[in-house]
Amino acid sequence: MRGTDDSLEREVAEPRAPTVAASENVAVAVGLKLLGAGAVLILIGLILVLSLLSPYFLSPRNLGNILAQTAVICVVAMGQHLVILTKGIDLSVGSNLALASVLGALSFHAGASALTVVAVMVAAGTTVGAVNGLFYVYGRLPHPFIITLATLSIAKGIALQLADGRAIPGMPPAIRSLGQEAFAGLPGSVFVVAGVAALMFVLTQSTVWGRWMYAVGGRADAAVRMGIPVSAVLVSAYVISGTCAGIGAVLLAGRTDAGSPLFGNLLELDTIAAVIIGGASFLGGRGHIGHALIGAIMIGVIRNALNLLNVGVFYQLIVIGVVIVAAVEADVLRNHLESRMRVLRAEAGP
Amino acid sequence: MTQHQLAAHPQHPVLCVRGACKRFGSVVALDDVSIDVHRGEILALLGDNGAGKSTLIKCISGVHRLDAGDVVIDGAANVLRSPADARSAGIETVYQDLALFDNLTPAQNFFAGREIAGPKWLPRAMRLLNKRRMDEQTRSLIQSLNVSLPHLDAVVALMSGGQRQAIAVARSAVFARKVVILDEPTAALGLCESRKVLDLIGALRDRGNAIILITHNMDHVTELAGRAVVLRQGRRVGELVPTRANKQELVSMIVGA
Repeated sequence: MRGTDDSLEREVAEPRAPTVAASENVAVAVGLKLLGAGAVLILIGLILVLSLLSPYFLSPRNLGNILAQTAVICVVAMGQHLVILTKGIDLSVGSNLALASVLGALSFHAGASALTVVAVMVAAGTTVGAVNGLFYVYGRLPHPFIITLATLSIAKGIALQLADGRAIPGMPPAIRSLGQEAFAGLPGSVFVVAGVAALMFVLTQSTVWGRWMYAVGGRADAAVRMGIPVSAVLVSAYVISGTCAGIGAVLLAGRTDAGSPLFGNLLELDTIAAVIIGGASFLGGRGHIGHALIGAIMIGVIRNALNLLNVGVFYQLIVIGVVIVAAVEADVLRNHLESRMRVLRAEAGP
Repeated sequence: MTQHQLAAHPQHPVLCVRGACKRFGSVVALDDVSIDVHRGEILALLGDNGAGKSTLIKCISGVHRLDAGDVVIDGAANVLRSPADARSAGIETVYQDLALFDNLTPAQNFFAGREIAGPKWLPRAMRLLNKRRMDEQTRSLIQSLNVSLPHLDAVVALMSGGQRQAIAVARSAVFARKVVILDEPTAALGLCESRKVLDLIGALRDRGNAIILITHNMDHVTELAGRAVVLRQGRRVGELVPTRANKQELVSMIVGA
């Protein structure tokens, strides 16, 4: 039955001027390309407009400022991107970063060396990430929202308790200079971001594990049937997200010369926003490390610009919220165009 | 047809299921079912909805485990704990829902879970993908199976139903060494697209695989299958060499009239 219907449709469709279908095909293809490059184009446009509006914007010092301020969001957003790639969400990154910074500060005051302090912070972040992943997968929780919401609260509580609700000043000089000083004209944190990005790029694009991440994010039940170790892949995404929060703690503690339970407030929103604004799909399976970086830098640029232009700090929240809605709508539009493309190709025949 | 094939393959069957039993709670899905398939043969597995066809193939492809009975592959009894076990035993399955990754390209779909990567001393997950070799093998396979995929570098989400079906069948061809199971491979396809998939199934058989085909289309059964086994309410109720002449007999066997 269906077969006859299909071939009838095709017969009807073919006489209809083929140029119409062809031009629509081109339009849809161009639309998809534009959406794919959308975030980069908007970022470039934003930078051009801002350099006209404020002469200070493009000065090396201001650019350095943007990069230093964005470094934490960049690193943590790269971890968040992995989690979102698997259709998940990690709400705990901000509290995780705060807890890691407090543990780092405490270990410094207990006499630990710079290297040990870094190790403590990264290990603390990784541990919280592992708790998230293990409980989500092996605790058979219906959605990662729940466990990461729980660890958001728990890590925050532990951090506040340990630090007695206050910031703990003091970081080893090496960590401080990483967060505050410039090397070859660039803030030290930029090198950390670049290093993490390079490593993540190779892991996600060139290794078997990276391919599994995309497969699991695309369709977990099919991944099981293809023999991919889905549980381990899912856990690894949360572990790495935690590690990134730990690295973020090192950068932020270095910049402020302190560990604090109040660090990372709303960082989960900033990082999720960065990944989505950058153009990764919230539906999982699509996106790459560049999306997280571009989105994070876009958030940094918007904040910086609104500061330079003397727009109140409260408006920043509103602007970023609007940008998130626009980015998700762009994702919806992309899915729509893709199904349109599928129909056009099916009509054109193989 | 059967006589001819038995003569061509006088050796023991490549896959035997012996006395398969499977219950889900109080429902008996399979009750002492036995089948066997030879290399280069297409066995049609027929039955009404709920007859136990899907349960049987899920047990062969490692999704379910049998409560009792054996799956014997090349004369050796195997315990299939997972789909990965079945795949490494040489059994490939084309699922009714295709189990394709919409966000990946055809080549990435073909090799999902079986990526070509090295070096060998690294743990499997950390090995570097050999993308060029996987692309080459995909291209030559698609050529040899005569599948037309105009946009090989596009993700599967952008492909038509027939192309997606062809990709799923071709994926099984990459790794099939013994048995290919196809669950309703033409159910969602138009006439032309069905034709292409049927040709593809014939090509898989000609490569020496044993094929188990589940379908409701009797024309496809009489055209392709060397034998047909009929299940009803979890029991094996008969076997026939399907021809145009005994199509009616097959149908009444299926519905139990």
